[in-house]
Amino acid sequence: MQFGRVVGTVWATQKDAKLENLKFLLVEELDARNESRDAFTVAIDAVGAGPGETVLFATGSAARQTIQTDGRPADAVIMAIVDSWDLDGDVVFRKDAEGD
Amino acid sequence: MKIARVIGTVVAPVQHAFFDGQKLLLVQPERPDGTSTGKPVVALDRAQAGAGDRVLLLQEGSSTRDLFGVSDAPARCTIVGIIDAIEVTDDTTHERSPSA
Amino acid sequence: MFLARVIGRVVSTRKLAGLEGVPLLVVERVDDQLQPTGETLVAVDGIGSGPDDLVMLEEGREAALSLEETFVAVDAAIVGHVEQVASTAIANPATTRRTR
Repeated sequence: MQFGRVVGTVWATQKDAKLENLKFLLVEELDARNESRDAFTVAIDAVGAGPGETVLFATGSAARQTIQTDGRPADAVIMAIVDSWDLDGDVVFRKDAEGD
Repeated sequence: MKIARVIGTVVAPVQHAFFDGQKLLLVQPERPDGTSTGKPVVALDRAQAGAGDRVLLLQEGSSTRDLFGVSDAPARCTIVGIIDAIEVTDDTTHERSPSA
Repeated sequence: MFLARVIGRVVSTRKLAGLEGVPLLVVERVDDQLQPTGETLVAVDGIGSGPDDLVMLEEGREAALSLEETFVAVDAAIVGHVEQVASTAIANPATTRRTR
């Protein structure tokens, strides 16, 4: 999985029928030091993530293994909302410390 | 999925039988701000996309095989939607310093 | 599969069903000298790994097969603790030992 930050929403009316009723979130990819990888992924949301939240997303065929994406076309899915993480014992990110 | 722009069409006189009658498009992956990132890819189309369209590019083989109902399709990349809008709700990412 | 070092831990209370109680660890891939490469990812851990452990990882949808709930969107899992790596490529075999 990779860290990401939800930075927006993507809207597509004209799409394959198998993609109806899914939420597409724009995710900026982060490295383990909470810095941007200058890469973006459009991920299907399986956990109710919202803008500004830091999340984990899974890619590849594993992304199809959720109730929301089962049997649907998917290559990236948000599967966890991150509260915090540490690196070598130091806190790198904490949700409460964000957005104030 | 990745954000991409349709930049051309591909015609292959000799190809695997699966591709017979399939439209192939050349797409360039982009960042949300429209700048190019990475190399162009050739993709199948499930969204009736055309030149200049901004699209959702799916890069996953089992999804692509399911979309076309062909269990041995030698293909991985499919355009699954045409993007109407990208609503960027959090543009602070690049100014943000890592939180302690 | 590949080798990596455990460098951190992720806390997440909102995640996919099936991931309750499953540790999410930050790992850094190591090179052929077992030195850190800077390439980081997050993996599920079903075998009780700790900080600084040298571990074996599986990527892709097979990663979920290491968990009790196998239908879950995870794309990387720790599947082994490495005690020793014997290779003509490794200059200093002592670095393969677990540090705790």
